[in-house]
Amino acid sequence: METARCPHLLENMSAYLDGEASAELCAEIERHLDGCEDCRVVVDTLRKTITLYHELPQPELHPEARLRLYKSLDLSEFLNS
Amino acid sequence: MLSEDSDRVLLERLRRGDKSACAECIERHSPGVYRVALRLLGHEAEAEEVMQETFLSAFKAIDKFEGRAGLATWLYRIAHNAALMRLRRAQPEQVSVDDEEAFGEGLPVPTQLHDWCCLPERDFESSETRAALERAIHDLPEKLRVVFVMRELEGLSTEETAQALEISIDAAKVRLHRARLQLREHLSPYFTELAQTEA
Ligand SMILES: [Zn+2]
Repeated sequence: METARCPHLLENMSAYLDGEASAELCAEIERHLDGCEDCRVVVDTLRKTITLYHELPQPELHPEARLRLYKSLDLSEFLNS
Repeated sequence: MLSEDSDRVLLERLRRGDKSACAECIERHSPGVYRVALRLLGHEAEAEEVMQETFLSAFKAIDKFEGRAGLATWLYRIAHNAALMRLRRAQPEQVSVDDEEAFGEGLPVPTQLHDWCCLPERDFESSETRAALERAIHDLPEKLRVVFVMRELEGLSTEETAQALEISIDAAKVRLHRARLQLREHLSPYFTELAQTEA
């Protein structure tokens, strides 16, 4: 992270990756990425990090825990549905 | 959120004290509430207790719920507050350290600059990697972790996340960004080592 523009780029990376950056900002970011290997690596690994979390299997609510929840709320009569 | 319309209907029934609506509400929202509590507390039994507390308080207070936020958002808010109380009780001294990490001056400069994106897919899908991903979430300061969990893992919008946490939309955006950067920074040494072993 060497150049004076890097902090500006770092600040806008999420907006850029989420498609929330203006066309102007996108162009500016892409120009910077062409010439700055460090920022390119950070953007690529940040994007990959986000993807990995989207693909991470979600922890599941144990059926026993669901049962106990219904019981604790006095709703056991609805359990078979 | 997809279920927003049907949640409005559900809310009407909940207000009338319809017990089958309570059951429906649980079916629809308990998995998400449980996951958020689990990610915040890192403990299954405690997450289950928070989930129970959440629905109990929600059904009791349903008349006070104005419905400006969605039903799910409101449930997440209750769950977050309940989880937070437990965290504060367990580690009261942790909070100020967290705040500094989460809101220090400017963004921390990335120090991990190895490109590990090209690792083979199997390395990203292994159980070790999944454990590393979970650990990295757990290591986030609480204020960043909760935004990341709601926004990125539960798929709430920025607005819903902000409403659930009673923070501004800008704060939600900044915290999500900080969380992502910190996760990348924490995961990079793990993936870099894998890449070097592969090479
Ligand atoms: Zn740069």
